[in-house]
Parts: sequence; structure tokens; C-alpha cells
Amino acid sequence: MAEAASVAAESLAGSRARAARTVLGQVVLPGEELLLPEQEDAEGPGGAVERPLSLNAGARSRVRVVCGPGLRRCGDRLLVTKCGRLRHKEPGSGSGGGVYWVDSQQKRYVPVKGDHVIGIVTAKSGDIFKVDVGGSEPASLSYLSFEGATKRNRPNVQVGDLIYGQFVVANKDMEPEMVCIDSCGRANGMGVIGQDGLLFKVTLGLIRKLLAPDCEIIQEVGKLYPLEIVFGMNGRIWVKAKTIQQTLILANILEACEHMTSDQRKQIFSRLAES
Amino acid sequence: MNLCLQRLDGRQTYDYRNIRISFGTDYGCCIVELGKTRVLGQVSCELVSPKLNRATEGILFFNLELSQMAAPAFEPGRQSDLLVKLNRLLERCLRNSKCIDTESLCVVAGEKVWQIRVDLHLLNHDGNIIDAASIAAIVALCHFRRPDVSVQGDEVTLYTPEERDPVPLSIHHMPICVSFAFFQQGTYLLVDPNEREECVMDGLLVIAMNKHREICTIQSSGGIMLLKDQVLRCSKIAGVKVAEITELILKALENDQKVRKEGGKFGFAESIANQRITAFKMEKAPIDTSDVEEKAEEIIAEAEPPSEVVSTPVLWTPGTAQIGEGVENSWGDLEDSEKEDDEGGGDEAIILDSIKMDTGVEVSDIGSQDAPIILSDSEEEEMIILEPDKNPKKIRTQTTSAKQEKAPSKKPVKRRKKKRAAN
Repeated sequence: MAEAASVAAESLAGSRARAARTVLGQVVLPGEELLLPEQEDAEGPGGAVERPLSLNAGARSRVRVVCGPGLRRCGDRLLVTKCGRLRHKEPGSGSGGGVYWVDSQQKRYVPVKGDHVIGIVTAKSGDIFKVDVGGSEPASLSYLSFEGATKRNRPNVQVGDLIYGQFVVANKDMEPEMVCIDSCGRANGMGVIGQDGLLFKVTLGLIRKLLAPDCEIIQEVGKLYPLEIVFGMNGRIWVKAKTIQQTLILANILEACEHMTSDQRKQIFSRLAES
Repeated sequence: MNLCLQRLDGRQTYDYRNIRISFGTDYGCCIVELGKTRVLGQVSCELVSPKLNRATEGILFFNLELSQMAAPAFEPGRQSDLLVKLNRLLERCLRNSKCIDTESLCVVAGEKVWQIRVDLHLLNHDGNIIDAASIAAIVALCHFRRPDVSVQGDEVTLYTPEERDPVPLSIHHMPICVSFAFFQQGTYLLVDPNEREECVMDGLLVIAMNKHREICTIQSSGGIMLLKDQVLRCSKIAGVKVAEITELILKALENDQKVRKEGGKFGFAESIANQRITAFKMEKAPIDTSDVEEKAEEIIAEAEPPSEVVSTPVLWTPGTAQIGEGVENSWGDLEDSEKEDDEGGGDEAIILDSIKMDTGVEVSDIGSQDAPIILSDSEEEEMIILEPDKNPKKIRTQTTSAKQEKAPSKKPVKRRKKKRAAN
């Protein structure tokens, strides 16, 4: 039965679904269907290969595969919804089949639960701050969601301040809600971002690259000047260095990093280090 | 207060961003990039009946659209104020200045005239839309070719591009807008404001000029009070800038003309630079390969020489030969016994009269076969060669390696064994 359904789906799609394994690292386009490894022998080359009959057909081991951004479940296949490169990560502890996702490039941010973002306070109404995070709606931030905040001890937040917080509620039907404490009640670096500095926007892909562990760019930048830097997953970066000149240089470098190869970057850094 | 007079991207007060002009494959299609602000311009023409009060003039139609991909603030139906302002400014700059000879667009007076339509689309908003749009409009108009028409008495013949080359529009001059942003009640002035500079500016002064230093349009918005000498200074700066930009435009048009004539490749695919996104590249760590040779030699020198291989088969008896020592047994450990796998394929076998070599591995369950008398599978046991007609009671400790490949297939089913990964 499963075979008949999948063959019908295939003919509807009009093109052969490819095995996810073979497409790793390549560009996929929206609308493509991908087969998970356990389904590959079922499809076979042309679907005409005879499968050995087995007495209990449902005993095929089910592997739990996580469907990441850019992919959607479609029956028992993966449907690509964003264009980009297909990536896969093996499971660490051995359970499940790992994570598949599409590395795509985007400038517009869509709030996601758990993301740490930089927001700008736009309004203060009663007990709630309205924070612009770059999404379709401003997020709401309660004054009690700061470390050590009580009804008597309100945090010092003004309109126009920068806030670094994380989303606790973020779905497409409601306005997102953010907080500046973690689940234990500690600030953990979140809260109002200090004075001065410069906030600028970059693409979401660059943020993810800069936040990757062992990012070379950040290490090299750190060797140049002492600096403070905050990355928001909504494409916003806040930098602060000792002088305005240095801050501007850092901001321009980080913006340009996206399109530079590592050689060009090393050249620029060496030139800056000399001057 | 420590005032640092710097622009965010390091430009000087009167500096323009980099202007890049690229043309499409069709005549009249161009993309202008002013820094990151991109405007796409497309000119098209159509034969229509003229306006009643201007029977001998062609019709010009300008339209600027702010695409939703230009900025998050642009939504369908939301940006009307800015849109209206930009469109009006563009119309005044291009139509009222009479840069295009509309009389030449007339085909049959009162009946047929050319309607030239300029569509501009803002693809990315990074400030100073009006400058980029005006450059795109005039470049597209200069680049455009309309079909040739000939009038003989009452007959009007419209030639297709294949029959006769299309002719360019007749353009008198090229008006270009230059924007000045004012800050702090006119104290500070910036040319070509960025998007962020536009957000914080007090007022904007736009001067449309051509290279003959004729002002086509001048508009001040934002309600700032400007002094006379400020405006005069701005017009002087505008004159210089317009001269530079006009030169750039003429060079770009000339280049494109040359490429088309020579038959080279033209179009957006060639002229728009590919911007590589390196964000997703897994950077390969450079490996130091300077002493690879020495390391390799060391490894080779310190390694043990490989064991000697007997290449010739040793014939023991007719029907029994041995080539080499055999490979290590890869059938895995037995659960019951603690014996290790022998090197050199120390299998035990029972040799029957029919020379069929049934290479079994150890011990306990042989099942359907006759229970062999197995003394041990130690390598130290000496090798005994069986003659075909002798009593097959004694056990050989080594089998021929040639037959060993068949071993797994002949393995009795009942033998319980842990599978081990092949070496």
C-alpha cells in the first residue's frame, strides 16, 4: 500500500524524488522531494525492483529524523521549501537519524522560539514594552522579565534602548513575546545593552556563520581591537570599541565579510593591524 | 561633547557612492546601482493616438514602483506618500525639462504618435532613491531604440527590427538629480545620503541639473530654512557631480554599444558582478605540507618489512596445493570458546575422500556433519598432509587459501557465531 501511494505521488510530482544522501551539500530548490535513507530501497531504480517478501512488513526500523529549517514533511518524504544547500548532521548520541536542513540566505527575520535577538524599545505601555525585532509585529516584553525585577523594583528601560533577549513565544499567529532572563531566572548576558556603540543590520546567514563555534572572523577581529559585540539572530549586530573610528571600522568589516574570501579578509586585517 | 565628523561608511561630505550601470539584452533595459540602492529601468514604446490638445507631440509616461523586496517597510499599498513624492519629482525632472524631443515622436499628426513609457522598479533601498531613479531613467531612455517608421503620403510603414535597425530617441540633454541631506538646522550637509542618514536627516534638497549647468528642477522638503548661499553652494556642487555622472553614463553607453557591435556578450548576466556569499563555505584549514616528504620517508623507514610471500604454489599431493599463508580468519569470535582467531587461517577441516574441502571453523556445533574429533586449533600443531587414500581422522590445521574464499558460503547454518567486521 505504501508503495502504491508513493508511486502515485511520484507521478504527480512529475520528477523522480532524489535520495537525500546524494544531494547533501548541493543546491536544492523549493518543491523538490527528498527520500530518506530508509526509503531508498523501497523506491529502487525505477521502482521495478522486486523486494524480498517479508512476513512482517511493518517491522522496518523507524529512525527519527529531525526536519530542520527549509524542509517540511510530506507524507514520508521531505519537501524542500527554501532554496539553498542541503545539510545533514549526524546524531550525537546515536539515537535517531540526525537533522536535515537547508542553508538558505535571507535578510528578513521571522521570529523563532528560543532565538536570542536584539530589539529596539519602541513603546512603553503599562507593564509591557513593545520591542521592534525586525519581524512583522513588535514583540512584547514584560517589565518583570528582567533579572531582579519586582513590582517595586522596575528595570530602567527607556524608549529607544537596545534590548538583548530571547523569545518564549513565537509563532505565526500571535505577536512574539520575549524575556531577558533564562529559565533559572538569571540574566545570562541578556537585558539592556549599554550606551554608545553602533547597531547595524546584516543578513541572517552571516550571523549564523559568525556565531558558529571557532569562527575565524571573530577571532581575528578580537585580535585587532578590544571590543564588545552582541549578535542578534534577527540579523542585528551591536559593536562597541574604544573610539568611534574603530567602531566604524569593525562595523564595515563585519558587513563586508559576507562577500569576501578568507584571503581578502586576511589582507584587510593585516593592513589594519599595521596602521 | 566629542563630535566625530564621520560618515558611517567612511565617505567624505561630498562623496557619492559607487555608481554601476549595467545593461540588459534588450534595448532600453538597465540596472543602476548607487552603492547598494538598485533601480531597474525599462523603456517601451507603443503607437497611440495623441492627446487632443497636443496633437503633434508624443506622450511620455513615467512610473516608479517601490518593490516589496526593496525594504521591509514597503508593503503593497502602504508607502503612498513617499511614492507620490518620488513620482512627482521624477516627472518634473524629466518631462518638464523637455529632455526628450516629443515632436520627433509624432508619426501622423493628430492620429498616431509614439507613447514612450519608462518603468522604474526599486529593487533595493539603501538611501537616495531619487538619484538612482533619475540616472536609471535617463540611461534607459538613451539606450532605448524604437522601431523605424516611414511615412509616404498617406501610407505609414512600421518596420520590424529585422527589416530596419531601430532608431534611438532624440534626447536634448540629460537631467540628473543630486540630493543633499541637511542635519541640525542646516549646519551639516551631506551629499548622497545613506538609508540610515536619511532616517535622521532634518531636510532634503534635490537639484536636477544637466551637464550644461542648467537647473531643471529644484525641490526642498522637510521644512528646513536654507540660506541663499547654502543653496548656491549646493548648486555648484551639483554641477560638478552631474558632470562626473554624465561622463560615466556616456562611457557606459559607449561600452555597451561597442560590445554589441563587435558581437561580444552583453546583458545582465555578463555585466552584473557575481557576489559570492562566503557565509556558507566550510573553510578548509590550510595544512602545512612542507615536510610531508620527510614524514613519509620516516614512516616507511620505520615500518617493518612486509612478510615474505610465497608466490609459487606448493604441491603437496595431487589435488592438494598451497599458495601463501592464507589470510586471517575474519569470521569473528565464538561465544563459547575463548580461542582467538588464528593467523594464517588456521582453520580446521575434515577431508573426505572426495577432496571436497569443507572449511569449517571451530568446535562445538557442526550439526549435521559427523562430529569431528578436534584436538586443538593451535598453530603450533604441526602440519599434517593427508593423502587422499588415507584415513581421514587426522586433522589438518591449514587449508589452502584458494579455497578459503568459499568458506563463508559453505558455513553450516546452525553454527552460532558473532559476526565481526571484516578486516
